[in-house]
Amino acid sequence: MTSFPLQISRPIHPTGIWNWITTIDHKRIGILYGVTAFILFIIGGIEAMLMRSQLASSNMKLINPELYNQLFTMHGTTMIFLAIMPMGAAFFNYLIPLQIGARDVAFPRLNAFSYWTFLAGAIILNASWFLGGAPNAGWFGYAPITGKAYNVGHGIDFWIVSLQVLGIASLAAAFNFIVTIINMRAPGMTFSRLPVFTWMSFITAILLVLAFPVITVALIELMFDRFYGTNFFITSAGGNPVLWQHLFWVFGHPEVYILILPAMGIVSEILPTFSKKPLFGYPVVILSGIIIAFMGWMVWSHHMFTVGLGPVANSVFALTTMAIAIPTGVKIFNWLATLWKGSLTLNTPMLYAIGFILTFTIGGISGVMHSQAASDAQQQDTYFIVAHIHYVLFGGSLIAILGGIYYWFPKFSGRMYNETLGKLGFYSFFIAMNITFFPMHFTGLNGMPRRIYTYSSEFGWDFWNLISTIGVFLLAAAMIIFIYNIVSSWINGEKAPADPWDARTLEWSIPSPPPEYNFAVIPTVEHRDDWWEKKMQNKTSEEISSGDIHLPQPSYWPFVVSIGLLIAAFGLIYNIPVAILGTAITMIGVYAWSFEPVNDPD
Amino acid sequence: MSDSNNDSIHEDTTTGLNNRKLLMWAFLGSDCMFFASLIATYLVYKGKSVTGPNPIDLFSIPVTSVSTFVLLMSSMSMVLAYSALTRGRLKVFRVWLLSTVILGMTFLGFQVFEFRDFTVNEVKISCEQNSPKYLELENKLSNSQKSEYKKQCSENLESAHIEFGMTPRTNLFGTTFFVLTGFHGAHVTIGVIWLLSLYFYSFKRGAVSAERHLDVDLAALYWHFVDIVWIIIFTVVYLFGVYEGF
Repeated sequence: MTSFPLQISRPIHPTGIWNWITTIDHKRIGILYGVTAFILFIIGGIEAMLMRSQLASSNMKLINPELYNQLFTMHGTTMIFLAIMPMGAAFFNYLIPLQIGARDVAFPRLNAFSYWTFLAGAIILNASWFLGGAPNAGWFGYAPITGKAYNVGHGIDFWIVSLQVLGIASLAAAFNFIVTIINMRAPGMTFSRLPVFTWMSFITAILLVLAFPVITVALIELMFDRFYGTNFFITSAGGNPVLWQHLFWVFGHPEVYILILPAMGIVSEILPTFSKKPLFGYPVVILSGIIIAFMGWMVWSHHMFTVGLGPVANSVFALTTMAIAIPTGVKIFNWLATLWKGSLTLNTPMLYAIGFILTFTIGGISGVMHSQAASDAQQQDTYFIVAHIHYVLFGGSLIAILGGIYYWFPKFSGRMYNETLGKLGFYSFFIAMNITFFPMHFTGLNGMPRRIYTYSSEFGWDFWNLISTIGVFLLAAAMIIFIYNIVSSWINGEKAPADPWDARTLEWSIPSPPPEYNFAVIPTVEHRDDWWEKKMQNKTSEEISSGDIHLPQPSYWPFVVSIGLLIAAFGLIYNIPVAILGTAITMIGVYAWSFEPVNDPD
Repeated sequence: MSDSNNDSIHEDTTTGLNNRKLLMWAFLGSDCMFFASLIATYLVYKGKSVTGPNPIDLFSIPVTSVSTFVLLMSSMSMVLAYSALTRGRLKVFRVWLLSTVILGMTFLGFQVFEFRDFTVNEVKISCEQNSPKYLELENKLSNSQKSEYKKQCSENLESAHIEFGMTPRTNLFGTTFFVLTGFHGAHVTIGVIWLLSLYFYSFKRGAVSAERHLDVDLAALYWHFVDIVWIIIFTVVYLFGVYEGF
């Protein structure tokens, strides 16, 4: 195969940084995703701390209004697209092949491409801080304030282009996981035996595939308005800003479930393990997930109750919103029933999972309150909504992700974490979280609007704002305990056995950390919770590998294609010839990728 | 994406379906939502333009019908190409593949011609008092176009030629039309490049054959999808735009 000029052979045993740049091992990519997302989570957290410092008391002058607008926009965008979504992707990457008994994902190079493209998107978005100011129109970027007439700098351009790049990364990853879960399952791993986390990831991937094109189109329209003077959201030409809201929330509401379903999957793995019981009502939990994903498409206008869509639209969306609480509630009762009469082990991951049920329920209840269109008119754009979103995203998605990090820590690091520090970290985190976000219910009901950089003392919002600000610094301290525990345990924790939790799913049947090929022998699955059943029947004898395991080899091209996209994105904002150069690099990368030899003689 | 490039008849996957084929179907599902959003935008803004021109002032259904026919025929030649390949007749395959490429390029040529035609459109309005054409267009013409009409008529011409072209900036129709059909055109362009790459690739010994036809199969899936999207665009944008109550 020498016809294609760029047919460079694959890297053989790369070392040092090239080892990471060319890796296509799903476990390494999972760790890259997780570490990168965690760093971005800290950046988003610092942005939140700056905002809370400014709001600590009335008429503070710490941060000016322009910077404040940039901070809340970047905080929201970072936390949703650069922290929680990629943390979910980290779990998908690491766990899905292990849980379904596969040696890798269906498209290992595409997987590497997803990660590098995600990193490119993160770089583009955060580069805006240093290149004339970050985006400042909120994470939802409502028209017309994102239009050229009201927003002259490059901030919104960075926002548009980075979200497009992140969309490519998410779509590529979602295609990959869909194919992996459908096509790479071990013999006997039917859909009715699939671990719940993998099931929820599967549903999430389908949501991603269908929801992201919608925001892609919305962003394309906004981009054409800004770059080429089209009229999509220009009111003087008849354009309608409400169209942006519709497109954004048709994406945005499924996005909410993209953020929470993986968390529900994680919790559904932790609770049965430490209750020594199978998950209560497995088919119902799965079905609820499917119904949530389906109905998630019918509720978007509840973000728009105050737009004035009319009583019929408001009533319909109020009803669908109330209805979607039912499958969510069903899941909560399933988790409670899993705990019921279980023999509970209250270690750190279990505490996070139970904490998830508590805080997510609070967030879910305030969510149902918003479904009442009439009362929502009072809550819209107040701190009550801020409280709600943080109870479901922070007290829902993030708390489950942290629990998941502890739960699978022995698996991916090969070491045990410090249990005392873990529990201390959890309790301080849980208390600090509630100190931070619960008072926002009060300030919100007292009428404090979101996205204001300061307020007057006569409103009486000072006290609870101060409590929230104290809470966020306690939260930072709790996160430092978490980071210290993870880092120090990763470096010199006790060696972890293959199955420290006496757990249920296939990833615990292989050594910690797993070998590059995952399974020496591809398992044959006979039950749901197969590993548990095998342990019960004493069928866990070590099988010896035949020795000849074919693994996909590392590749340069995913990295090259992502670099091309990064250059093209900057070119789109500043200089079209540079964009053409970036596209050319991408094209060359795609061709070289397509013609890359599959197997090199070693 | 040739991680599993040796597509033998039996696939070593859970379902027996090929990974890449499954990926292509997932991608097409996603692309459906992409075009659905663009078409939804077009429909939301239909008839909401503040100034002209409107679809009825620009579209020529006979011309676009020809280009639609060309694109439909390209799907047929794609089917014939694939069928020839699975029967092992490589030369026939190449002929039909190249026909598909040429038909696709012809469609793109029509689109370029049409876009250019729309941007330089001109109307001839007679200068007589209350000319029917003027009354018809009165609400669609901008103020500068109206003063241009008066100026030309005051120069004792029998009729005035008014620039009545449309760019993406002119009005909402221009914005939504060019972006929707432009993105479809971009899809066709990618398809043409893909098929052309396959054409050259097929000269490599054993690259495609009766047993190794997945690369062609995937491109064909994509090509048919883009074709189907055009049928929807032609109906919704062109036919609904010109025939009232269609």
